[in-house]
Amino acid sequence: MQVKEALDKYGRTPDKLIGAMLAYQKSTLCNYLTEDDIKEFAKETKLPVSRVYSIASFYSLLSTEERGENIVQVCYDVPCYINDSVNIVNELEKILEIKMGQTTKDGLFTIEYSSCLGCCDKAPAMQIGATLYGNLTPDKISSILSTYRRKKDE
Amino acid sequence: MNMVNIKINNKDVKVAKGTSILNAAKEVGITIPNLCYHPDQEVKANCRVCVVEVEGARTLQASCATEVKEGMVIRTNTQKVRQSRKVVIELLLANHDMDCTSCKKNNQCDLQEIAANIGVRESRFENVLVKQEIDTSSSSIERNPNKCIRCGRCIQMCSEVQGLAILDYVGRGGSVDVKPAFGMYLNNAACVACGQCSVVCPVAAITEKEDIEQVWEAINNPNITVVVQTAPAVRVSLGEEFGLEPGKIVTGKLVASLRALGFDKIFDTDFTADLTIIEEGHELLKRLSDGGTLPMLTSCCPGWVNFIEQYYPELLPHLSSCKSPQQMFGALVKGYYAEKIGKKPKDVYSVSIMPCTAKKFEAKREEMSVDGENLDVDIVLTTRELAKMLRQAGVDFTILEEEEYDTPFGLSSGAGVIFGATGGVMEAALRTVYEVVTGKTLENLDFMAVRGLEGIKEAKVDLDGTIVKVAVAHSLSKAKQIMELIKEGKADYSFIEIMCCPGGCIGGGGQPFGGTDELRIKRTNAIYEADKGLPIRKSHENPAVSELYKEFLIEPLGEKSHHLLHTKYVNRKK
Ligand code: SF4
Ligand code: SF4
Ligand code: SF4
Ligand code: FES
Repeated sequence: MQVKEALDKYGRTPDKLIGAMLAYQKSTLCNYLTEDDIKEFAKETKLPVSRVYSIASFYSLLSTEERGENIVQVCYDVPCYINDSVNIVNELEKILEIKMGQTTKDGLFTIEYSSCLGCCDKAPAMQIGATLYGNLTPDKISSILSTYRRKKDE
Repeated sequence: MNMVNIKINNKDVKVAKGTSILNAAKEVGITIPNLCYHPDQEVKANCRVCVVEVEGARTLQASCATEVKEGMVIRTNTQKVRQSRKVVIELLLANHDMDCTSCKKNNQCDLQEIAANIGVRESRFENVLVKQEIDTSSSSIERNPNKCIRCGRCIQMCSEVQGLAILDYVGRGGSVDVKPAFGMYLNNAACVACGQCSVVCPVAAITEKEDIEQVWEAINNPNITVVVQTAPAVRVSLGEEFGLEPGKIVTGKLVASLRALGFDKIFDTDFTADLTIIEEGHELLKRLSDGGTLPMLTSCCPGWVNFIEQYYPELLPHLSSCKSPQQMFGALVKGYYAEKIGKKPKDVYSVSIMPCTAKKFEAKREEMSVDGENLDVDIVLTTRELAKMLRQAGVDFTILEEEEYDTPFGLSSGAGVIFGATGGVMEAALRTVYEVVTGKTLENLDFMAVRGLEGIKEAKVDLDGTIVKVAVAHSLSKAKQIMELIKEGKADYSFIEIMCCPGGCIGGGGQPFGGTDELRIKRTNAIYEADKGLPIRKSHENPAVSELYKEFLIEPLGEKSHHLLHTKYVNRKK
């Protein structure tokens, strides 16, 4: 998909920008918006580059930095925090051998924090892409990640 | 006017409907601390330091964002309010570089002042600041992210008034920053160096690039003659730095203060403003008679020149080839005056005192050197930096006796003075062009249509049958409108004045911190008052200018002028 196509589909008014950027980012498979992408969105919507960049940097579903194929987002809000999301984070960092905010060498995973995922009843929670995982404990992490490894191998 | 009755701290008051609690309190003599609020900007309500108690409301209310209502009962000084303000300030300080004593805005910082006023005595929160690099890439302004309180005032200034949007919020939550996109440095971000962001920043997160030390060095070097020029707008704002009433004309004190600091010769940029009018006026007449590119655009504002070079380079042929008064001055100092006093250009140090940060950049342009070796203007200091030097030297500005400029470049006309306000260059030009073209004496010197703070102004002048249509714009959002008109072929003007800063140079990016429209109006009035008080009010009647042509320049647009007073521009589109 091209930036223009995404905007043709969603519309060129500021209120349609986020939808268009999400759709475009998804289609690129590398899960982020490049400098050129952002400049093109700005030009097409007649918004300042700094504004579009600001929006892209604000929402956790959008990124301005290169990310892996699968984005693992751990909720950073209070209910998950008090239910020991820290242990989940530690486990992810241990298994993937990277720190929060980083991407694995094979480009398969990026781990990052997210604001509330809206499932506080299942705290601690994380999401990978559009799939939500709740009531997490450290011992569940390894098998969740391997399903994505397997998907890749198939 | 529609009035409402309210109670503030048990006192009954009547205020206009639609007033915010913050402003209503001000009317009855109560200052509510505020940081993100700015009287000329949209309400942002993000700092929460202005909270008050409103009877019936569940939570404390942000007074900048809450309008008064009939019967409202407001308390601005309860225990709850005081506690909550303290927490807000302590939280800001916990993410702030707290080196107040060595900070560029020590004693001029809103955050510091509020912390002092509300009695912050401890920091209950651990300092979590992650230090970031200070952006010193611009020759005009400096951005120190470690001081930023994310109030958003600079963002609004740069996007709404200047239409540029160089700065914006980046990131979210605790890690949000205010900076250019893609982590760019200011000098790569198509910033025009106008410094308007620094004027509205309540803390030291955006300030002018400070160049004071070099000037002290030059002053203390006995082998160097230090020559200084003062821009028109400085004389109506410098007093504010020393507690004088805004809009006070302090020309004589300004001269005296520079002498007190040890400058050798004190001259006036107004002199080269007059010279600009002669050169630019003749350039306009030449373009009109030879079918040159019209409308002609003024070129005395470097913020505006930066803008057209970076954003509308295709329109550069419209730009007058005249250097700005500052650079004409520098060229005369190094290319004429030095020899006149028997010195080599490198032994004459040329300083200018400007209301402007963009002039720091302009002075460093490589073409701004008549001998190709020495800069014509060695250092540009802003109004604020001059005030700092005076404080460093312990000069009591308020009691200085008035003194006169030195000759020969100290004599100027009222036309030179009004360069400091939007519309002034146009008015000065019209006073001269009219008399040159018609050979008649202009009866009414005041072109009221081009004065004032309206964004775009127009006027028509009858030059003995030929009607000349002119326009005046200030701030870059308005400049952009004019540029679009020219591109569409709809700008049927002969001559357009453009100033980058709101209000013109009196509202410049190097003027005292905290500029507002209210202050701009006072300074503007002072500029026209200064004009009225001068015996000569037309540039072509300045005898020192005539003398300079007779002795040295020979004629307007002549060979010497071409070399010293005119310049070329560069396409710098990013
Ligand atoms: S100096 Fe002017 S152009 Fe540059 S960021 Fe500040 S307001 Fe914007
Ligand atoms: S740089 Fe200054 S004006 Fe801009 S957001 Fe930070 S504190 Fe506010
Ligand atoms: S309007 Fe005056 S102060 Fe502002 S950038 Fe132009 S020359 Fe400088
Ligand atoms: S001044 Fe009211 S919230 Fe900042």
